[in-house]
Amino acid sequence: MFARTAVWWTILRISLEERLVYRGDFALGTLMRFLPILTQVFLWWAVFTAASAGQDVGQTRIVGFSYHDFIAYYLLVMISRAFSSMPGLASGIARDIRDGTVKKYLIQPIDMLSFLLLNRIAHKLVYYVVAALPFAFVFYLCRGFFPGGWPEPQVMLAYVASLLMAFLLGFFLEATIGMIGFWFLEVSSLLFVYMLFSFFFSGHMFPIDMLPGIWGEVVRIIPLQYLAYFPAAVFLGKVEGTDLIIGLWIQFAWVLFFIFTSRVTFRLGVRRYSGFGG
Amino acid sequence: MAVVEIESLAKSYRVYQKAEGLLASVKGLFHRKYREVQAVRGIDLTVEAGEFVAFLGPNGAGKTTTLKLLSGVINPTSGTARVLGHVPWKRENAYRRRFALVMGQKNQLWWDLPAAESFRLHQQIYRIDPEQFDRTRDELTDMLSVRDLLSQPVRELSLGERMKMELTAALLHSPDVLFLDEPTIGLDVVAQYNIQDFLKHYQQERGITTLLTSHYMKDVAALCRRVVIITHGRIMFDGSLSQIIDRYGGHKVVTLLFADGHIPGDLGVYGEVLSEEPPRAKIRVERSDVARTLGRILQQHPLEDVSVEDPPLEEVIAEMFSQVNEAAGLADAELLAGAGE
Repeated sequence: MFARTAVWWTILRISLEERLVYRGDFALGTLMRFLPILTQVFLWWAVFTAASAGQDVGQTRIVGFSYHDFIAYYLLVMISRAFSSMPGLASGIARDIRDGTVKKYLIQPIDMLSFLLLNRIAHKLVYYVVAALPFAFVFYLCRGFFPGGWPEPQVMLAYVASLLMAFLLGFFLEATIGMIGFWFLEVSSLLFVYMLFSFFFSGHMFPIDMLPGIWGEVVRIIPLQYLAYFPAAVFLGKVEGTDLIIGLWIQFAWVLFFIFTSRVTFRLGVRRYSGFGG
Repeated sequence: MAVVEIESLAKSYRVYQKAEGLLASVKGLFHRKYREVQAVRGIDLTVEAGEFVAFLGPNGAGKTTTLKLLSGVINPTSGTARVLGHVPWKRENAYRRRFALVMGQKNQLWWDLPAAESFRLHQQIYRIDPEQFDRTRDELTDMLSVRDLLSQPVRELSLGERMKMELTAALLHSPDVLFLDEPTIGLDVVAQYNIQDFLKHYQQERGITTLLTSHYMKDVAALCRRVVIITHGRIMFDGSLSQIIDRYGGHKVVTLLFADGHIPGDLGVYGEVLSEEPPRAKIRVERSDVARTLGRILQQHPLEDVSVEDPPLEEVIAEMFSQVNEAAGLADAELLAGAGE
């Protein structure tokens, strides 16, 4: 157990160091993430102005959401995505499979998924440290969009739990997609389709309550909402009481499901890889 | 004690066949033709502890596939293998801590970080005792003269330096078996020599069982007493280098230094003339004829010096490959004809 912790710590430490090599790219990438929020603010301002037809924009509602609700929602989704998005994870795994780097995990006494998870935790940690200040600044500027202020401590706890699970769900889901590379050498189109679906159905583009009819039903069943919508909804108090408890359990179940799926995919993938060449 | 035991080991792959051209590419979207490639076709081999064995063979002969099988990267189609008592493709940690595979560059090292960091990670992954680790690392990097480069990012190292770091990384956990796939490929002569020299000393000192594939005959001649020739996925020869030369080097190269400074015009009657640079000439003579031919030349012409040498190793091997290919080619043609889709 001690030996294993030492291995994990070393992987984490080295990943952190690696992350800090490219300072310029990193700083720029972190700051650029804040640009989309500006475009969203202006976009929805325009939409609400048009919808209000000369009335007070603050009073106008679209599918039960006010302009303020929208902006608050976007800011929170930005935080959800900071946990659940996994830039380069799936494509990196697929590339490692294609160029044979994956054999490192077959030869060395090391588990690929644990290794990548630690690597990703390091990426995220560095990102949060660097992005904490800009995030705080943006939220300070936008504090007017949160008339309710901070949620209750229990809700806050549930929110943090949903964010951490969003991270794990994002990781194991994308890792599974990346490992499809064991069967198809090129997965970039598949990834593109996934990104597109995720963009709409995770609540990244708009709150999923807005989806009509059958789509609304589908979105509630598939796990994507737990990557962006669900944590934001928890913070905003849209999911409460029993629904909140059930929601968290379902999210947890999806995390377990994808941990299991990614393990099985890896096992089958390696069997295929080692059967067909390598 | 046998460290590597291989019995009728075979591996075949399915390879997508695509005809040339756009139309064929479009057809390929709907219907794909596959061809079965038999990379390894039943190999039997036993390697004793402490041996240094070279796998020689043309590209695509099955050398690298064999190393991949032995390191557990791929599963065989049939046959068995045991290395240190383990079945490689079970990929048990107990086995993975006892061998190392060096296959190309950029495999074990973190590109953007100094090699020292990658080594530290290896220490943890392979659970190397810290003191032992420091000692081994210093020893290896001293032997390879890369100790000063430990704190330089790997991407800034030269090809040769990177290879030396790869070797160090592979040997940190003091493996009992080492698989080397083309360790000197693409390196300059000095780096090639350094690595050869290192491998030679390291192997002698530690008695580590080593299997090496290489295209450089110099590697093989410098390092391995035992040579296994593989072509078309089969072992064609297993023995020493000198045995190869005896069997396939059917001639000797005789260098003659003429005392009177000019080369006689009838030199061709004694053997094929390889070069003429007065007062020196080289001729190729059948091995069995060397003594008789030399006698005849000495009777006719005044000579200042004579030397008799084996032909260059590359030439012998090339000759052997072509002989083996002719034999195997016929068998292959029959196999392919029956293969279909």
